[in-house]
Amino acid sequence: MTWVLRGLRWVRWYARELTDESAYDRYVAHTRKTHPGTSIPSRREFERMRTDRQEADPRQGFRCC
Amino acid sequence: MRTANPRSIVIWTLVALVGAAGWAVLALARDEEVSAAWMVAAALGSYAIAYRFYSKFIVDRVLKVDKNRATPAERLNNGIDFHPTDRRVLLGHHFAAIAGAGPLVGPVLAAQMGYLPGTIWIIVGVIFAGAVQDMVVLFFSTRRDGKSLGQMAREEIGPFGGAAALLAAFAIMIILLGVLALVIVNALADSPWGTFSIAMTIPIALFMGFYLRILRPGRVSEVSLIGITLLLLALVAGRWVAESSLAETFTLAPSTLVIWLVAYGFIASILPVWMLLAPRDYLSTFMKIGTILLLALGVVFTLPTLKMDPVTDFASRGDGPVFAGSLFPFVFITIACGALSGFHALISSGTTPKMVQKETQVRMIGYGSMLMESSVAVMALVAASVIDPGLYFAMNAPAGVIGDNVQAASQAVANFGYSISPEDLAQAAKNVEESSLLSRTGGAPTLAVGVSEIFSKVTGDSMKAFWYHFAIMFEALFILTALDAGTRVGRFMLQDMLGNVYKPFKKVSWKPGLIITSAVVTGLWGYFLWVGVHEPLGGINQLFPIFGISNQLLAAVALAVCTTLLVKSGRLKWAWITGVPLAWDATVTLTASWQKVFSSDPRVGFFKQRSIYRDAIDDGKILPPAKSMDDMHTVVTNSTVDGVLSAALALLIVVVIADAARICVKHIRNPQSSKLSEAKYVESKLTAPAGLIATKEEKAELAAAAARDSGDERVPS
Repeated sequence: MTWVLRGLRWVRWYARELTDESAYDRYVAHTRKTHPGTSIPSRREFERMRTDRQEADPRQGFRCC
Repeated sequence: MRTANPRSIVIWTLVALVGAAGWAVLALARDEEVSAAWMVAAALGSYAIAYRFYSKFIVDRVLKVDKNRATPAERLNNGIDFHPTDRRVLLGHHFAAIAGAGPLVGPVLAAQMGYLPGTIWIIVGVIFAGAVQDMVVLFFSTRRDGKSLGQMAREEIGPFGGAAALLAAFAIMIILLGVLALVIVNALADSPWGTFSIAMTIPIALFMGFYLRILRPGRVSEVSLIGITLLLLALVAGRWVAESSLAETFTLAPSTLVIWLVAYGFIASILPVWMLLAPRDYLSTFMKIGTILLLALGVVFTLPTLKMDPVTDFASRGDGPVFAGSLFPFVFITIACGALSGFHALISSGTTPKMVQKETQVRMIGYGSMLMESSVAVMALVAASVIDPGLYFAMNAPAGVIGDNVQAASQAVANFGYSISPEDLAQAAKNVEESSLLSRTGGAPTLAVGVSEIFSKVTGDSMKAFWYHFAIMFEALFILTALDAGTRVGRFMLQDMLGNVYKPFKKVSWKPGLIITSAVVTGLWGYFLWVGVHEPLGGINQLFPIFGISNQLLAAVALAVCTTLLVKSGRLKWAWITGVPLAWDATVTLTASWQKVFSSDPRVGFFKQRSIYRDAIDDGKILPPAKSMDDMHTVVTNSTVDGVLSAALALLIVVVIADAARICVKHIRNPQSSKLSEAKYVESKLTAPAGLIATKEEKAELAAAAARDSGDERVPS
């Protein structure tokens, strides 16, 4: 049954990546690695910053016809 | 010399045979009904060969992608928009961004000429033009830190060509939004079920937005699950509403829907992104991927029979009721997105290149995604071809031709050379629980009927109405997202342009500027929507060709930029890779523009149309399908606007191509004089496979890299 578990885990990973649910974890890991010692925003602050960026440049995440 | 191993020779010979068998049956079948299986075989066989050989040739020999060169995602990694993304995730991202209503609608309309011309162009076009454009733009933008198409045009061609490209992109965006909105209005008019379920998506999205902002920030998967459940509930509830006393509230006339849509577009685009746009986008992405998968499974499992003729008489006569004009150039213009789409260049430059892990992956992401989009177009063509041709024409001809009752419609269809009885027309509408299917132009309702036909083969006929409204909702959902996102992008372009005149406009957070520019953009596409709904000659019939032309013209801009870059980067020998598609696309599109402006056939040429109606007004006569003097004046105004617009767009693109040609000639004469703005070479430290499945060597490299820095986070494989 391990391959079923592996498959499910893969689907969960893929869905989190595709929807950018994993964006915060990625950002935290990135900041810890490249700028150790800097303060890390809370998830709430981070998600706000992300939508604010999209607000400022709507070409990010644009969808086609 | 490298020798191929016998096993792969056998495999690829088989693939080629499958594809060839598909093409042979499609091309040779006459007077008998053909199974969709052959279309699927022709498509998949051709895609496989093109991907394996042609795209590999381009990345290896022409672009010379370098797996040791760091991509912007690696060099500029900020953990947010620039970050190396797993290739399989990015494929999903990119596909979800490029796939929309376009490839579903265009092929449906093009089916008026039979399924064969459409199939050929969707498959050949994607292999040699569409997928090449997407991949080459993605490659060049990746080499330029993810610069947008407009920026590349400005830097590599010049300020003049760049400005023309920007202006063209803005005009094209407006037309796109107007036509997409028209598709929804035609699908939702007088349909309480559809209107209710689509209206419900707004409170659902607002709730999701609130959930993500306040309750549980960032938990996208769970909120999407909740959203999809509510969405399906709204779909089921639509039927109850349609059967209840509330039905009247949700039965809206086209002109009322126009007002609602324009108001929605304006309000949605000035609301913060988190409230409506972001959550709606999650919903539409899930619905899109899910439905496309379902449709693919449905087509492959049921393998329906194609009832449409391979080639209809409209192909040569050019007097088709869905859109006027002959096969060349109008089939190519109508299919647009499924084979070659200029809009993809906006995604391939900008968002995606900032996330590519490895240059070698542009093949899978750029070329691969576009092959997937093309297969969506093939499925749409299958869906349009499995329904009775008589019903197809009754649904897609303008109201002025078809009349307002089933008897008149049956007669009109007979005049086209097809037949369907009034009873069958009434029954078809009853099957999907709509009051009428007559003249439901725009492609979406036809696709929905085709989809319900295919799905109900699996689930039984009792589900027909559900599947019809499911398909309508699925299209309307992402068209609404496109209206919101597109208005924002149009506004952004306008703010940028106006900022050159009055500085504060450049500041995107300046509220008055935001409101003014949003109102201008919504007003502009709202105008086209209004015109489309009130057009006596049929809105889709008049406007869809302009939409196709503008999309293909944007592709010409992208291909011109690519060709210039190939020449300037010392790849003159290979400039035909994008040069030939450019020549073809420019020929098709400029021919279409020419005919739309100068044709002496009033069904095709806007100015001929104008002069005929003008003369009739002077004589005090009313020409059908116009019903009153007001209608006559509407026709004159609309054909003037449409004609001027077609001419202006064509001129802008000629300017871009001429300017690009000038730069190419200048470079060939004196290569030292031109400057290439490519980002500096930095060695890559990442290891990642190029294709979907890692090869043996790549697995060994990955294992070695993992052993080197075992402390790093791992991605499951």
